Amino acid sequence: MAFIDRTARSLLLGELVSGLGLTLRYFFKRKATINYPYEKGPISPRFKGEHALRRYPNGEERCIACKLCEAICPAQAITIEAEPRDDGSRRTTRYDIDMTKCIYCGLCEEACPVDAIVEGPNFEFATETREELMYNKDKLLENGDRWEPELARRLELDAPYR
Amino acid sequence: MYDFFYNTDIGLVILTVAEALALLVPLLIGVAYLTYAERKVLAAMQLRKGPNVVGPFGLFQPFADAIKMVTKETIIPSGANRALFLMAPMLTFMLAMLAWAVVPVNDGWVSADINVGILYLFAISSLGVYGIIIAGWASNSKYAFLGAMRSAAQMVSYEVSMGFVLVTVLLCVGSLNLSDIVRAQRHMWFCIPLFPMFIIFFISALAETNRSPFDLPEGESEIVAGFFVEYSSMSFGLFFLGEYANMILMSGMTAILFLGGWMGPFGLWPQLGVLWFILKICALLFVFLWVRATFPRYRYDQLMRLGWKVFLPFSLIWLVLTAGALMAFGWLPNA
Repeated sequence: MAFIDRTARSLLLGELVSGLGLTLRYFFKRKATINYPYEKGPISPRFKGEHALRRYPNGEERCIACKLCEAICPAQAITIEAEPRDDGSRRTTRYDIDMTKCIYCGLCEEACPVDAIVEGPNFEFATETREELMYNKDKLLENGDRWEPELARRLELDAPYR
Repeated sequence: MYDFFYNTDIGLVILTVAEALALLVPLLIGVAYLTYAERKVLAAMQLRKGPNVVGPFGLFQPFADAIKMVTKETIIPSGANRALFLMAPMLTFMLAMLAWAVVPVNDGWVSADINVGILYLFAISSLGVYGIIIAGWASNSKYAFLGAMRSAAQMVSYEVSMGFVLVTVLLCVGSLNLSDIVRAQRHMWFCIPLFPMFIIFFISALAETNRSPFDLPEGESEIVAGFFVEYSSMSFGLFFLGEYANMILMSGMTAILFLGGWMGPFGLWPQLGVLWFILKICALLFVFLWVRATFPRYRYDQLMRLGWKVFLPFSLIWLVLTAGALMAFGWLPNA
C-alpha cells in the first residue's frame, strides 16, 4: 500500500507543484531590496560609523587630551599629543585616527569623559587613496561640525541606556 | 515587383535573406530579453528587484551586457585545439538558429514548410550535443570535459523519451509537418488528451536545454561552468545565445505540439495568430525560469534514473495506450 501511495504521489508531482506554488507566492510579494544609494535602511542611534570630534555650543572643542581613548584603543589607531594652551587649559595639538587601523569597536567613545570623540552615523567615507583615511584633528573637528545636530540627537536617544 | 522577387535569382536571394532576418532578428532580441526576464523573475522570486539601473526598469541591461561581452578579449587556452575550440560555439549557435527555419509562427508563416518538419527539429536539436562535446573536448580542461560528458549523456537520455512523446503526438496527427500538427489541434489542444505527455515533454525539454534542475553540465557550484569554462568574450556569448535560443525553440516546440501553436484557446481571436504563438512561448519560458527559481539541481544518478527508469517506460506505456485507443475507437487520422 505504502508503495502505491508513494508512487501515486510522485507521479502526480504534488510536492513539485506545491513548491512551484510557494515560489509563485513569493513572486508577487513585496521586495526586500533597498535601492541603496537612493534609499537607505534605518540606522540605530548606537551605530558606529565615521569618527567626529565635537565642540561645546560656544565653539570650544570638548577634548581635554586625557588620552583615555588612545589608551583604550585596541587597534592603537589613535595618536594624541597635547600641550597646555596660552590660556592654561590642556588641549590636544595633534589628534590622529588611522581609519584603516580602526576596528570601529566604539571603545574610544565609551572611554571619553566629555563626549568629545564619537562615532557618527556616516558610513560612506570611502576614499580613493589610503592617505585620505589618516584622519587628523582638523578633519575630525570638521566631521563634528558637519554632523553635530545628528550626533547630539543620537547621544540624547541613547542617554537613558548609558 | 512580384516578378523580380520570385523569378530572378538575385530577387530570390534578397527575399530569402529578408525572410531569415525577419525571423532571426526578433529571435535574438527575444534572447536578449530572455536573459533580462530571467534575472528579473529569479530576483522577484527571491524577494530582490533584479537589474533596474540601466534604463527604465533596467530595460537596457541586455545591451549593456552585450557591449561588455563583445569588447572582452577572446582567450584561447594554450592547450586547446584552436580550430575546434572556435568552431564549437559557432556550431551551437548555428544549430540553434537553423532549427527555426521550420517553425510555423502563424498559419503559413514558415520559411521552410517541409513535410519532415518535426524530424528536422528533432535532428537539429540532437546535433546540439556536438557543439557541447566539441567545446568540452577542445578546451583541454577537466571541468569542461566533465561538463561535456554529463551534457552528452543527459541530452541523449532525454531524447529517447522525448522521441516517444513526439511519436504519440504524430500518431494523433498523422503528419510530420509542423503546420499540420497545429491544424490538427483545431478542436482540442493536445495538452488536454495527452496531458502526461505534455508534462514529460516539458520536463525533457528542461533537460534537453540543460536548464535547472537539470543543469549538471553547467553545474557552476561543482564544475564551475561545465563545458564553457574556458570560453570568454563572444565565443562565450555565442554559447549563451545558442542556449537561450534553444530554450525559446523548446518552448516553441511545446507550444506547437501541445498548445495549439498560433491558435487561441477555444478558437478565440484567430486573427492574432503570431501573437498567440509568442504569448504561449512567453508563458512557457516563464515556467522555465519559475522552475529554475524553485528546484535544486538533480544529482547525476537521479537524473539518469528519472530519464531511463521513469520517463522512458512511462512514455512507452502511454504511447502504446494512445495507439491502442486510436485503433480501438477508429480515431486514427488518414485511416
